[in-house]
Parts: sequence; C-alpha cells; structure tokens
Amino acid sequence: MTVTEENPLVEGLERLPVHPTALVIFGATGDLAHRKLLPALYNLAHQGALPERFELVAVSRSAHSDEDFQAIARASVQRFSRTKPDPAVLDGLLSEMRYISGLFDDDSVYAELGRALAELDERAGYPLSRVFYLATAPQFFPVIVKELGNSGLNQAGEDSDARVVIEKPFGYDLASARKLNADVLEVFDESQVFRIDHYLGKETVQNMMAFRFANALFEPVWNRNYVDRVEITAAEDIGIEGRAGYYEGAGALRDLVQNHMLQLLALLTMEPPTAFEANRLRDEKLKVLEAIVPPDLHDVPDMAVRAQYAAGVQGGVPVPGYREENGVSSDSRTETYAALRLHISNWRWAGVPFYLRTGKRLTRKVTEIAVQLKPVPHLALQSQGSIGVQPNEIVLTVQPDEGVSISLGAKIPGTRMRIRPVNMEFHYGTSFVSQSPEAYERLILDAMRGDATLFTRNDEVEALWGIIDPILTAWKEDTTSPIPQYSAGSQGPREANLILGPDHAWRRL
Amino acid sequence: MSEDVWSERDTTPDAIDDALREMLHERHTANQALVPARVLNLVVVVDRSWKGEIANRLERVGRYHASRTILCAVEPGRSTMDARVVMSYEEPSGDGVGVILEHVEIDLGEMHLVNLESVIDPIRAAEIPTMIWCPHGHLEATRSLLPITDAILIDSDDESEPAAALARAADLLESAYVVDLAWLRTTPWRERLAATFDPPGRRPLIGQIGRVAARHQASSTASATLLAGWLASRLNWEPACLDPQAHGELHGVAHAGDHDVEVRLCRSDQLVPGLTGVTVAVPEGWSLSLDRASGGLCAQRRSEDGTESTWKVLGASRGEGGILGEGVRQALLRDPTYRPALACARAFCPVAAPL
Repeated sequence: MTVTEENPLVEGLERLPVHPTALVIFGATGDLAHRKLLPALYNLAHQGALPERFELVAVSRSAHSDEDFQAIARASVQRFSRTKPDPAVLDGLLSEMRYISGLFDDDSVYAELGRALAELDERAGYPLSRVFYLATAPQFFPVIVKELGNSGLNQAGEDSDARVVIEKPFGYDLASARKLNADVLEVFDESQVFRIDHYLGKETVQNMMAFRFANALFEPVWNRNYVDRVEITAAEDIGIEGRAGYYEGAGALRDLVQNHMLQLLALLTMEPPTAFEANRLRDEKLKVLEAIVPPDLHDVPDMAVRAQYAAGVQGGVPVPGYREENGVSSDSRTETYAALRLHISNWRWAGVPFYLRTGKRLTRKVTEIAVQLKPVPHLALQSQGSIGVQPNEIVLTVQPDEGVSISLGAKIPGTRMRIRPVNMEFHYGTSFVSQSPEAYERLILDAMRGDATLFTRNDEVEALWGIIDPILTAWKEDTTSPIPQYSAGSQGPREANLILGPDHAWRRL
Repeated sequence: MSEDVWSERDTTPDAIDDALREMLHERHTANQALVPARVLNLVVVVDRSWKGEIANRLERVGRYHASRTILCAVEPGRSTMDARVVMSYEEPSGDGVGVILEHVEIDLGEMHLVNLESVIDPIRAAEIPTMIWCPHGHLEATRSLLPITDAILIDSDDESEPAAALARAADLLESAYVVDLAWLRTTPWRERLAATFDPPGRRPLIGQIGRVAARHQASSTASATLLAGWLASRLNWEPACLDPQAHGELHGVAHAGDHDVEVRLCRSDQLVPGLTGVTVAVPEGWSLSLDRASGGLCAQRRSEDGTESTWKVLGASRGEGGILGEGVRQALLRDPTYRPALACARAFCPVAAPL
C-alpha cells in the first residue's frame, strides 16, 4: 500500500487511524484466543479503537457453527475482559463473526476462508486489510503460512495489506527458528511478518526506553567505566500450573530467557536509536545481541546453571516438587530454573558481567533489572566509621510494582559523618493514575496498523536463539549429571552462585 | 478503601498543610508500602450549595482521579475557613505499593477568592502540575490562581452564549493550557472523520469536501462549532460567520480555495451533552454520516454511483463522568490542534448564537 498524500486530520489525535481490517484468528478455540485475544479485541472495540470496518474470522479444528462459536467467544470476553463488557458493543463485535472449522493443512479451509474474506470485502465496498493471527501450536505455523501462500491470501488487494502475526515460541532452537523463518519468508515479505513477544507490548518494558533515552542523567554512567555488573531477574512464585505438556518440552531457558529476558537485556544495553521507528530500533537491538558471544560447549558449565524445584513450602502451604507434578516424568531433566552469565563484546560493555536468572516456585514474583555501579575510588569518610557505604544501585522493576529505585549513601543523623544506604524510589503507579493498556491490545493494534516497532525481526530472532543454542545443546548432551534441586519457596539453588564473579552475590528476591 | 480524616473550623492554609504532612507521615510510617500519588493537583472552586453535585461528578471520573483534589466551596458572607482533609488508600496486598489519594475540602467566603492563590499555594503538592476548574464561574478565583496554574479545565458547552464561551476559552488560552470538555466531546467524532479519510484511496476526497453538517444537543453548540472549526483549521478553510436560522440552526459557508463548503450546525433531541451526528459530503455524490447508536456509531456511506451501505462503528459511550476523567488526564498532555480549531470556531460563531 502506497500512501500518496498526507492526512491532515490525524494531527494531534492520540489514537491514529487503523486501516479497515479483517482479522483471522487461527487456533480460535485455544487458550490464548480465549484468555487474551478475544478480550483484547473487545477492549479495543469498547474504546472505539478498532477501525471503522472491522471483521473477525475464527479458524480452528473443532466443529462449531458461527452461532455456537459466537456464544463461546462471548463467554470468554465476559470472563476475561479487563473492562465490564457493554452488551451492545460485545454484540456488535461478535454477532457477525464467522467461524471456519477444519484441519490447518486442508486446502478447502483456505478456499472457504478466501470466499469469506472476499464477501467481507464486497460488503465493505473496498478491500480490507487482512491480518492472519497464528495462535495455534507452533508446529502448525509453517503449515498455515504455506497454505495461505498456496491460496494467494498472502497478497493484499488494492490499497490494503496482508500481514501475519506469529505467536511465540518462534522455533525450538536456532536451526528450527531458521527453518521457520525461511518457510515464512518464502510466502510473506519480512515487512508483512509480525513475530509477537508480548513482553514488548508491556508499558513497563517500553518505559525502559523512556528511562534510558529521555533522561540525560543516566547515559554518562551507562558503560563499563561505571557499571560493575547487571542482574536481570524474572522470578515466579507459581509452579507449572498444569502446563506440564508444554513445559516439559520447553524449560525455563526457552520459556523466558530466550525471548523476554534477552529482550530486556537488549533494550538495557543497546545504543540509542536515531528514531523510534521499527527498523532503527531493531537494528540497535540486533547489534547488541550479536555482540553477545555465545559460549563454547565446554564453557557452558562455567556460565550457566540449571535446576528444578523440589517439594517445599510456598506461602505457608506445602507444594510438590517439579518431578512430582502431574504429567512430569519422575526422571525429568527439564529445568525450572536457569541462571546465566553473559558478556557483551563491544566498546560500551566489555568486561561487565550480565547475570540472568529465572525460575518457578521461587520465594516471590518479581521481574527486575539491577544495575550495580562501581564503588567510589576513595572513601575519605571511612575514618568516621562509615562502614555502611555501598556502591550505588539502579533497579528497574518491571513487575509487580513498576518503578525505578536508586540507592544512595546518606549521612546518619548525629555528630559523626557516618553513612548508610538509602533508596530514592519512583513508582509509576503513583505518578500515572491511568491504567496501562493490556499488552495484547497494543500489539494487535500495532499489527493492524503495520507498525513493527514492538515485534521481533527475523535476524533478531536468530540472534536470540544463537545465544541460547549452545547452552541448550550442552544441557541436552549431558544426560548424567544430577540436576540441582532447590526447595519450592526458596531463593533458588546454591549452585547459581558458582557462575558469579568474585565478591558478587545475587540480590535477595 | 480506608480513610484518614482531619478537620478544623476557622483554620488556615498553614494548618491544612501541616495536617496533610502529618497525615502522610503517619500513614507512611504505619505502612511503608503506602505512598502518595503525585500526578496532578486539581483545584475546584464551586458554589457551596452545589458542592455535592460537583463532588459526585468527580467521583465518577473512574481511574483518572487527581492525586490531590482541593475543593473550595464558596459561601456568600463567610469570613472564616473550615477545612476537612480525607486521605484515602487501599492497603496493598503482598509486595505491592498502595497509592494514597488526598482530598481537601475548604469552605470559604467570596472575600477569599481575590487572593485565593495565597490559600491554595501552600496546600498544593509541589513539583506537580496544577489544574483549576471553576464550573460555577468565580472569575476572580480563576484570575487569582492563574500564576500557579498549568492547565484550566472549562466546559464551553456550559455557558449560555457559545460565542462568549469560545471568546473566554481563547482569553484563558493566553495564560495557561486549556482543557475544554466541549472539545473533548468531539474527540471520537474527530477520530472517526480522520479514519474515514485515511485510506489512501479516500485522501483525495478531503480536498473536495463541500458540505459538513454537525447535529448536537441543544446546549452543545460550542462542541459542534469546535468540530467545524477543527475541520476548517486542519483543511485550511477560511471560516465565515454562520447565520442563525429557525430552530436554533446555524448555517453558512467556509471558503476552501477553489470552492465553498456548506456548514450546517443543527440541534437534535438528545438528552446528554455533545454531538449526535456528523455528515460530510463531496459534490460528486460521496457522503458519510455518523450518528450515535447503541454500542457505537451508525455509519452510512453513499458512494459516487449512488450505492449506500450502513454499518456500525463500535465503541462504548464514555458518559459525562468519562469525559470529565479524560479532562483530568488531558492536563498532563498537550493537544496542538485545539488553539487553531478554537480560532476557526470563533470565526464561525455569531456573536448572538441562538441558545
């Protein structure tokens, strides 16, 4: 679609127009569609954020009539929407929704889909943009993409676009990610592909860019000369919550580190982009990801630790260990905890260790980035008994309470110059009373608008897997070493300390 | 929701400020996870007899509460100040923080309004923006507070004379950022009109618009005029004063370079303030009408070949509470299109527009 003239009416509007669109959800009977996508679409409709013509088509394997599926979707929105549904809006969203059932590799499904989309174009009086949202199990991604190509649905009509949104996980390892990229890019141009990592849709993650690039305060110290180490934590206090089927095949490294945590690392360490524009931003993220040297296989034990939770007590309640969970093999080697030490080989970050850790059934839920600065070079106050002086630490909390805290040394009231650390805290919740939009609402709207800024590019996906791949391989090849265990409700395994540098310690959760 | 309350008769701004500090200190000491919101001071000056009605409106702004609301209730003849401070909060569960909202109510007299700044300045939270709202007039209060004001909340639809309301908005705009609820009532309509002409195939139609009609509730002439003013300012039309017609209608033309644009603002029977519908049309026969309907707007498009289609554009009504909440939120933003739209709206609006 080529835009020929500017639209002078959009100036000053908070909500930019979205081209009239037909959104096709593959895997519409799945958990993601019901818990996230349909409620997100309802909320967009409630706010008046959907395009002037918006049509919804659901595709899935289960047999349902249009009316049956509309009733199911209505129940999902009523249960999971963050705003109380307005019956008239909900009815307007769902009453014309089409449902197509069939196998994802069945040509007739795509023929029917093509007819349905043509009818919707006809009804609108012009070609609608088409967004195909792949919310299926990952093994169907290449199948659906290929069928979309075979049926010509990857091509847009005049003045409209065709796009595909692909959920995570994008690949299982580097080789499978490359293969999937190749399959997808055989059918769609990269500009049509939107790989979702919903973490990037969170306001908190986007705020990291505001924090870094809208404040001159931090840039001078944001480098190896002042930063001693960085610690990124994504701790969960829950177990696998009945998702053994998925989790046994994934593990903590694939589930959180390969995507969310490395994205946080990239946003934290990339160079400032020249503009907040999709490719400029992704170019910078790619550069820093490519500067992370993947470990050799024999180095993995020195820089990565895996572990599983054992039975323990969480919130005063006894909970089972991972291997005792339903659906988990009693000799499972899937990690529920992973800790890594990474280095970025570039001018800014050379020599600074980046520690990443994630785990389930830890003592509390927190996602945070702690940047510890180097100590002051000379402590003149030491003679006064200032033993409490600590290096400054900047902590960016992503959840549960989004904010920034900076630790400073301050004088203890009294006649002597004694220092102790105090915190200067900023909580987003106290400064912006408005509610943050749900990540999926933002990302669906961006995909319909064609703005890929918060989506992952093909080369970025491969760079992310490239960092993780040697660790996956080393862990897969090691079938005999015991997997360290940590008690549920604890701080994690003691073995995680082994990858830390001298005098370094994990922050307490 | 829990509350801490302090009150004092015949009090002073310093005493109120001391009470606020003491209450915050006590609450934070009792629970360090409770922290005061620091977003916006909202100073509201009202007639004491209508205090409850305004308090109810503020209750309905939902999540867009100002962090410190200072409600000044003006009572004729009063010479002393009575104050009540309410600090409301919800104890956080788990590791989270809880946000404290502060509400200060001051009963004062008309004599205090001329120097109201000296009352409010010590009480407002420092380092955060201050917005004022005087829904019952009290111009002397507005004038006094201007030096400490970042944004002024007004409702041009509230005034009986639209031309005077728009002139007042323009006047205030010289001193502070103005958030006009009459303008915010047009937001969904502006968004939809912008979206209508956004597909590349329709953009050439923007320059060909030959007719605009805005339908509005009887008291919302200012909103309708601002919508017309917005189109004129964005599309470089030269607005001309509209002529009053029967039934409160305003009718006239704007000059758009090589052609004229017919502008018509008509009343409708709607009960809630704001617009009820908009029609834009080009001479070749293309037109689009948007009208309020349950669950959104009913859109009706007529193509150049005469074919018509009707559909619904989804969206829930924000209600007046939602619009006031949006007004509070807008204090922290800046809309560069209001000023030029207001200038064009004033040019459209006859001095004695019908009520």
